[in-house]
Amino acid sequence: MWRDAALIGGKDLRIEVRSRVTTTQVAPYALLVLLLFGFAFDQDQQLLTKASPGLFWVAVLLCSLLAVQRSFAIESADGARDGLRLTGLDPAGVFVGKAAAVAAQLILLEIILGVGIVVFFGTHLTDPALLVASALVATAGLAFAGTLYGMIASGLRVRETLLPLLVLPVVAPVLLGATQCWMAALGQSSADGWKWLSLLGAFAVIYLMAGILSFSILMEEA
Amino acid sequence: MDQVINFRSAVAMVGRFPVLAGVDLDVARGEVVLLQGANGAGKTSLLRACAGLLRVVAGEAVVLGEDLVVDPRAVRRRVGLLGHASALYDDLSAVDNVAFAVRAYGSSRDRVVPALELLGITGRLPQTPVAALSAGQRRRVALAILVARDPELWLLDEPHAGLDAENRDLLDALIGDAVQRGATVVLASHEADRAVALAGRVVTVAGGAVAMGPDAPDGPKASKMIGMKAQAHVA
Repeated sequence: MWRDAALIGGKDLRIEVRSRVTTTQVAPYALLVLLLFGFAFDQDQQLLTKASPGLFWVAVLLCSLLAVQRSFAIESADGARDGLRLTGLDPAGVFVGKAAAVAAQLILLEIILGVGIVVFFGTHLTDPALLVASALVATAGLAFAGTLYGMIASGLRVRETLLPLLVLPVVAPVLLGATQCWMAALGQSSADGWKWLSLLGAFAVIYLMAGILSFSILMEEA
Repeated sequence: MDQVINFRSAVAMVGRFPVLAGVDLDVARGEVVLLQGANGAGKTSLLRACAGLLRVVAGEAVVLGEDLVVDPRAVRRRVGLLGHASALYDDLSAVDNVAFAVRAYGSSRDRVVPALELLGITGRLPQTPVAALSAGQRRRVALAILVARDPELWLLDEPHAGLDAENRDLLDALIGDAVQRGATVVLASHEADRAVALAGRVVTVAGGAVAMGPDAPDGPKASKMIGMKAQAHVA
């Protein structure tokens, strides 16, 4: 499984590097979302600083939809999915590989967005360990859930509009948990961020297992 | 003789439509079989079923000793399918596409460059993104994957489409070489003159069913097919 995951993840990332969609389209889109939040809050610096964890994760969530859609669009073109099925690669490996590639892109976007909230919203960091740990675990959860639902939607003609409807309600716990973790990490909340981190971890493990167990059926039926 | 394909009353569905409506087909190892038939007759569906991409829901379907009714995935790594689509990634270069496919199938990476060179993908072309290649060049890259993999069973759907005369000759030579090495080839083509010259046997597909040629050793009679045509629906 791990060999197949590395092969698929490497292929997806190579495609992203060559096409530059993440860096030239998704990243500017993410920064634009942050900027528009700033306009919407009328440049109230205190309010923006307080709301920055939630705004950050909403922006990440929106970007994750684009990354997942892109991940399955490359398989839909020119019969590539049939080519992938013919290789006989372990479906669990395909799932993990595609999710890993999505996660890698999200981490890059989170770094850019992290700089964005510091610059635009004047955010200060108090617990870097919690911040980094929660970002990694939340990203894993988003990538696993997004990849699972991306596969479900990929065979449908309405996949572009259906995917957000499927994914956004499901990843609400990630938005909640990650925002709470970041509020604690940024010193804006007295809540125990590490407890919220365990919720994020449970979410990621559940969707990792669901993807590994179901991707074989989904690849055949989608 | 060693049978590579053995279908008996095989039925395959796409949604609620039977795209294969009781196919009987035997193909022996080393044969080159041409599937002929009108558009929508079921040639592509038959090739996809042989590749394990289209599930056979009734009857018997054994390819390379693997029972496709039980597990259609078992045979996939052992066949090569060249379909209407080239199954390439537009943003990857020709050499990256072939290298990915070869690694995914577990074949040797040493075969990548020779296969591309054999198909005339040389100079700057191997490093060119597939999206920038012409239809014929894309077709040749897809063929290079087949050559690099050298599968036991070649399933070719309109393989000459998009190729110029020189490359059509090259393709015919590649098919001949593959058969010399022990491969079996089933191809569907509307280019009768060229394809008939390649094939050792011609099989007619109509209405999702098969009537073997009159020289088939134990094929069903054409009259059997006529009855099937009446009940078949083709997607």
